[in-house]
Amino acid sequence: MKILVCISHVPDTTSRINFTDNNTRFDTTGVQFIVGPYDDYALARAVELKESLGASVTVLNIGTADTEPTLRKALAIGADDAIRVNAQPVDSYFVAAQIAAQAREGNYDLILMGRESIDYNGGVVHAMVGELLGMPSVSPVMKLDIEGGIAKMAREIEGGKEYLEAPLPLVLGCQEPIAEWKIPNMRGIMSARTKPLKVVEAVPADSGVQLKQYELPPPKGAVKMIPADHVEELVRLLKNEAKVL
Amino acid sequence: MNILVFAELSEGKVKSNSIEAIAFARALSKSVTVVVMGKSDEESLSGLGKYGAVKVIWADDDRLSAGIIQAYASVITQVFHAINADVLVAADSSLATPVAARAAIKLQASLATNVVEVPQPGENLEVKRGIFTGKAFARVILSKPKKVITIKKNAAEVKEHEGSATVERFSPQLNDADFKIRILSSEKATGHILLPEADIVVSGGRGMKGPEHWGMLEELARVLNAATGCSKPVSDMGWRPHHEHVGQTGVKVAPQLYIAVGISGAIQHLAGVNSSKCIVVINKDPDAPFFKAADYGIVGDAFEIIPKLTEAIKAVR
Repeated sequence: MKILVCISHVPDTTSRINFTDNNTRFDTTGVQFIVGPYDDYALARAVELKESLGASVTVLNIGTADTEPTLRKALAIGADDAIRVNAQPVDSYFVAAQIAAQAREGNYDLILMGRESIDYNGGVVHAMVGELLGMPSVSPVMKLDIEGGIAKMAREIEGGKEYLEAPLPLVLGCQEPIAEWKIPNMRGIMSARTKPLKVVEAVPADSGVQLKQYELPPPKGAVKMIPADHVEELVRLLKNEAKVL
Repeated sequence: MNILVFAELSEGKVKSNSIEAIAFARALSKSVTVVVMGKSDEESLSGLGKYGAVKVIWADDDRLSAGIIQAYASVITQVFHAINADVLVAADSSLATPVAARAAIKLQASLATNVVEVPQPGENLEVKRGIFTGKAFARVILSKPKKVITIKKNAAEVKEHEGSATVERFSPQLNDADFKIRILSSEKATGHILLPEADIVVSGGRGMKGPEHWGMLEELARVLNAATGCSKPVSDMGWRPHHEHVGQTGVKVAPQLYIAVGISGAIQHLAGVNSSKCIVVINKDPDAPFFKAADYGIVGDAFEIIPKLTEAIKAVR
């Protein structure tokens, strides 16, 4: 079985978000980049499937040379080889078109990624890749087992879960608790240095979406503290001042 | 501008977030058609006129009663062409977002998800969408002739209009290749308000000390007509189901009122709640970081405050 895991290279979840260049560029000053947390779950499950069923795991990122440490980390976690599409990921369609182009070349049985990237939160790349390749797509997948070419899955829906199955090949957007995040061990880190990392050029893709400007939310006003023995005062404020009751 | 809205049904009725999508479309144009799939009834569907729909196209084929993403995207694309639409609008959800994405590919449309307000009408729509999990916004221009927009909760104000919508049945062309996914079963909390649709959310954290103390939060939620949520540690420990986990890697909510009890307010939790209109934090630790993100705060013992708060709300509701 051949598995492709698509990973995003995103700011750590604790990052403060700022913009530069007249609010048209994300300010990377002091920002730590990580494998997208949802993609990390997808990768962890792929490595488990490799161990239990036998599979090859390729990791793919669309990004400039700065993302290579993130790809090396994925190799250290257990992927066999890596592909970097050398381009700035401008939006969901652009990224989906790159993944689809690589997937056509590699003929994968399973294409995994996170349910969404935590920077631009499109949440649609898996569906777009599925559509571009003519494959079914499922997201957010919280449980995945493969039995005889059939994927058996649980997917989170509003207020519950849905159990479903589909034949491979398949594109999945993943989330917890599909697997536990894996921390690379020393052997993994050492071997990751020599695993193949191929750099390819992007295919053209026009999404018809142009960034105009970024904005930060208006600063929050000061919190109003209410003494613990005056809950009626809180109710009065919620009703008359905030007007939310 | 001709707008098609994909409205989701739940037990035959249009979901409240989909009604916001109709309101969003109506704020952009008077020419609003709604497409629904699966079992419903003529009366509920014609009632969508009240929110601004002119026509409802109803594909009631049995095979569409389950939400199969590929099949829904195909049907929507057929309807989009049939009515010569320019824009497709839907409310973000585990079904509608991927359906919209697939439809956008089929239609070669510009796509924006997570849109938070109604744009100015025009040839190129400039939309504002949430990014960095609610920590920022991006204004993007959708420049292709066809556009697909999915909206976040509270992106549009629901207004009532005169009149009812005409309901037209539609027999789509269904393709077996769109039905490769089989839905075997589902588990759904019944009789509860769903977290992504709730106007008020009551959430508990580790400060609640154990699942056995959730009764008081459920009672508060009941009197407020609210949904219950929780922090990540609470769902990780199995005190509450995963679909109640609010935060960066859980459900992102945008209610009118979010009440956090015994949650310290890690930045990952805040990412899931920062679109709330009003935040109340109740915590025994006066240094809990959540107070900085709150509108109102009470320092004290939740086990004493919650029952009192429940009584005080009962008195005014």
